[in-house]
Amino acid sequence: MTVLTATQKPASLRFNPSLQRNKLDKLFTLVSAGFSVIVVLPLLLVLIYVLLQGGRLISFNLFTQLPPAPGLEGGGIGNAIIGTFVVTMVAALIAIPVGVGGGIYLAEYSRGGWFANLIRVGNDILAGVPSIICGVFVYGAIVATRVFFGQSYTAAAGGIALAVLMLPTVIKTTDEGLRLVPKALSMGAIGVGASKFVTIIRITLPSAFTPIATGIVLAIARAAGETAPLIFTALFSPFWPEGVFNPIATMSVLIFNFAIMPFEAQNELAWAASFVLVVLILAANLLARWLRRFAN
Amino acid sequence: MSTEPTKELFTLRRRPASEKLVDGGFRYLTIALASMVAIVLVAIFLTVFQGAQEAIKAFGLKFLTTSSWNPVTGEYGAFTAIYGTLVSSLLALAIAVPLGVGTAIFITENLIPLRWREVIGVMVELLAAIPSVVLGLWAIFVMEPFLRPFLTFLNSALGWFPLFSTEPQGPGMAPAVLILVVMILPIITAISRDALNQVPIALRQGAYGVGSTRWIAIFNVILPAAISAIVGGVMLALGRAMGETMAVTMIIGNSTNFSWSLLAPGNTISAMLANQFGEADGIQVSALLYAALILMVLTFAVNLMAQWVVKKLSLRY
Repeated sequence: MTVLTATQKPASLRFNPSLQRNKLDKLFTLVSAGFSVIVVLPLLLVLIYVLLQGGRLISFNLFTQLPPAPGLEGGGIGNAIIGTFVVTMVAALIAIPVGVGGGIYLAEYSRGGWFANLIRVGNDILAGVPSIICGVFVYGAIVATRVFFGQSYTAAAGGIALAVLMLPTVIKTTDEGLRLVPKALSMGAIGVGASKFVTIIRITLPSAFTPIATGIVLAIARAAGETAPLIFTALFSPFWPEGVFNPIATMSVLIFNFAIMPFEAQNELAWAASFVLVVLILAANLLARWLRRFAN
Repeated sequence: MSTEPTKELFTLRRRPASEKLVDGGFRYLTIALASMVAIVLVAIFLTVFQGAQEAIKAFGLKFLTTSSWNPVTGEYGAFTAIYGTLVSSLLALAIAVPLGVGTAIFITENLIPLRWREVIGVMVELLAAIPSVVLGLWAIFVMEPFLRPFLTFLNSALGWFPLFSTEPQGPGMAPAVLILVVMILPIITAISRDALNQVPIALRQGAYGVGSTRWIAIFNVILPAAISAIVGGVMLALGRAMGETMAVTMIIGNSTNFSWSLLAPGNTISAMLANQFGEADGIQVSALLYAALILMVLTFAVNLMAQWVVKKLSLRY
C-alpha cells in the first residue's frame, strides 16, 4: 500500500489544457460541433431556397388557376392544392379507423400471444416497405384490375396507397399511447360496472388522445408530401378534380413532373408548389409539437 | 337468523344481451382491423411475386448479374439498378453515420446550453419532415450546379481511378448519394440521440469519477452502452435509403448503362420503377416487378436484421 508522503509530489488536480488528452478532447468537441453544423445546413439551405424561390411566386392566381400548357406562361396550381387535400383526406379516412382499431386491439385486448406478436412484427415490416412498392401494389391490386367502376387511375387509388403508408404509424402511436394510460383508470371504470367497450371508448381512448392525435397529424403530414405511391395510382391531371374516381393532380406529383420539364414557367410552378407544400407540412409539424405539450 | 335480508344493499346486475353483443362485437372488430396489417403485407408480397413470375421464368438468376435493359429485344437484367441501389445507399450511410452520431453526441452532452441543443434537435426533426420530392427539386436546381465544379475537378485530378473516370454532366450517382445523406441524417441523429439519452446517469458519473475526460467517457462508456439502438437505427436508415425514390430519381440520371464511375448517371431499383412502371407493358412490367421483388427482399432483410441487432447487441447494465 503506497501512501503519498510530502516528498512525493502528487500530480496537480488542476485542469491542464496542454495535456494530450485534454487537447484531444477539445478536438473531438470541435469536430462534433462541425458535424452538427453540416447536419443543420441542408435544412436551412432548402428552406431558404424554397421560401425565396417559391415565395416570390405566391399570388392570387397561383391558388385559383390551372397549370399552363407546356410553353405558355402564367397559370397556377389550384387543382393540385385541392388534389393533395382530397387524396390525403381519403388516406386519413381509411388509415385512422383501421389504425386506431388495430392499436386498440394490441394495447387493450391482446395478451402477448402469437397473433399480437405477428401484428407487431408485421407492422414494423410494413413501416419499412419502400413507398414506391406501395404504389406498385396498389397499381396491381386496384388500378390494373379497374375495381372502381372500370376506372383505372383514380384519386381513391392514390388515397389507398397513402393509407398503406400511414397505417403503421397510426397503429404504433395508438398502441403506445394507450399503454401509457394508467391501469388504475380502466380498472376503476370496470369496477363501477362499465363494460370493456364503454371503458375503452369513454375512458382509455380519451386519456390517450394527445399522443394519438400527435401521431396522426405527423402521419398525415408525411403522407401529404409523398410522391412515389401516387405517380401511377392517382396519376396527374391538368384539369380541375372530377371526384375521387378520376385521376387527380397533387402538389407532390406536380413538383416531380414540372421539375424535369425544360420550361421556365413549369419549373417556377414546381418551386411555388414546393413552397405551399413545405409551409403546410411544417405547420402540421408545429401543430403536432404544440399538441405534444399537453401530454406532459 | 333469516336467510333473506330485509333490504338488499347490493344487487348483481345481469349484463343485458345487447351489452354483451356490443362488447364482443367490438373485440372482433379490433381483431379484424389489426389483421389488416398482415393482410396488406401478404397482399403486397403476393401482388409483386405474382407479377414477377413471368420474368423469373424467362431470366432466372441471370437477371441479377446481367445489365442489359432492352425493351426492343425483350432482354432484361437488373445488375445496374441493384448495383446502384447498394452503392448509393451504402456510400450515403458511410457519410451519414459519423455526421449523425457526432451530432447526436453534440446535442446530448452538455457542451452547449440546453436551449441551443433543443433548437438543433427540432431542426433535425423538421429536416425529416421535408418531402423528398422537394429535396429532389432543390438537388436539381441548387445542389448539383453548385457541386459540378468540384466534381469536374475530381475527374480531372483523379480521372485514372475508375470511380471518377467520367466527366460529370449533371445528374449522376455522386449527387444522388449526397441527397440520400441529407435524407437519412435525421433518422440516424434522432435514434442515436434517444439511445444516448437513455444511458443511465450512473455510468457517466462512474466514468468521470475514475478520471476520464469527456470524450474518453463517450468512446469507452457511453457509446458502447448505446450501441445496440444506434446500430438498429443505422440499419433502419439503410432500409430507408435503399427504398428512397423521388429525390434519387430526379438526380441520379436514370441510365440503364452500367458504369463504375460515381460521376456518371446511374440507376436504382426504385428510380427505375418510378420512371418506367407507368409506361411499361408486356414482359417489361414483369421484369420491373422482379426488380421490385428484389428491392422488397433487400429492405425486408435489412429491417429484420435491425430488429435482431437491437435484441442481440443490447448491453445489460
